[in-house]
Amino acid sequence: MNAMNDDTNPGQVEEALRSATSLDPTAWARLRRELAVRATAEDLVDVAFERHDSPLGAILLGATTEGLVRVGLPCEDEDAVLDDLARRVSARVLRAPRDAVTRARRQLDEYFDGRRRAFDLTLDWRLTAGFRREVLRATTQIPYGQTLSYRQLATQAGSPAAVRAAGTALATNPLPIVVPCHRVLRTGGALGSYRGGPEAKAQLLGLEGAV
Amino acid sequence: MNAVARGSSERTAASLPTFERVVDLHGPAVLRFCVVQVGAGRAEDCFQETMLSALRAYEGVRDAGSIRAWLFSIAARKAIDAHRARARAPEPVEEIESLAGTEEDAQRDDALWAQVRALPDKQRQAVTLRFAGDLSHGEIAAVMQTSEAAVRRSVFEGLNRLRRDGER
Repeated sequence: MNAMNDDTNPGQVEEALRSATSLDPTAWARLRRELAVRATAEDLVDVAFERHDSPLGAILLGATTEGLVRVGLPCEDEDAVLDDLARRVSARVLRAPRDAVTRARRQLDEYFDGRRRAFDLTLDWRLTAGFRREVLRATTQIPYGQTLSYRQLATQAGSPAAVRAAGTALATNPLPIVVPCHRVLRTGGALGSYRGGPEAKAQLLGLEGAV
Repeated sequence: MNAVARGSSERTAASLPTFERVVDLHGPAVLRFCVVQVGAGRAEDCFQETMLSALRAYEGVRDAGSIRAWLFSIAARKAIDAHRARARAPEPVEEIESLAGTEEDAQRDDALWAQVRALPDKQRQAVTLRFAGDLSHGEIAAVMQTSEAAVRRSVFEGLNRLRRDGER
């Protein structure tokens, strides 16, 4: 029976078979790009994403066919961000080209260069709903280089008493930087928390000349 | 608003990995499987067709634990199509961009896999799935829709034949 078991009695042929499958990394990378392009052309990619280098670090940008759906900050775990998209949008998540992502990358570069003060992007808001979405929409109205307190923001969103809920909305902002939750501070001017970490918040406000 | 309802409620039970991770984890093995089954010249098409079919059907997968076997059953179907096409019209021997690291690797691999391609259908599939796909006997049985014992037999017979070929 031993001869029947190719796992415990590896002969020359088995060894050769196992090792005779070398794969050139360049060829593999090319095949993946081709797959991404074909999958996109056939409309099989529900969330296309790319990584984008920025002064903060690598930012992950994900888009559905409706628009930009997720901006993942450098301190966020990339796998966790992608798994969350798989769970909440679709598992057909692929690193692939998409206009919404390309536009976002260009505008982020301009923003970090100090050449852009407002983003002109189509956003897919599906990862947030209800009052949280209202808060984030109100956040998009805060001009470049200016700040609001959590209380002021809650008022703008239509519920002056919901300060804590406004804070939660910002903490779960799926589109940071583009939806500028970094422009919301504690009453009195303390930074407060930020999904991307307090350093990133300070860096963005510094860039905008707000602190 | 529709999209929001879909996003937050209906999909909570699903725990499929992203397709990106499926390609990371299983893509190289699928490609190797295609190279062995249909030759380097047709392997890229076989690989792309497999992955596109898989992506088309991906949201219907119910068991995240059986993704590898599921993917290889698609690859096996694509390979059989390509294998038949190959039997009808032998592939041109002209310049084909190699998928292997070096020329030496490519030549050594090609010689061995050419012998595997000459095996009878069941032996060829079983040996390729075992060694290029790195599937367990159980997974191969699922792909080939046969018993584990039959898989072991096919692998055993295939290896014996390769050994004899090697001695000749």
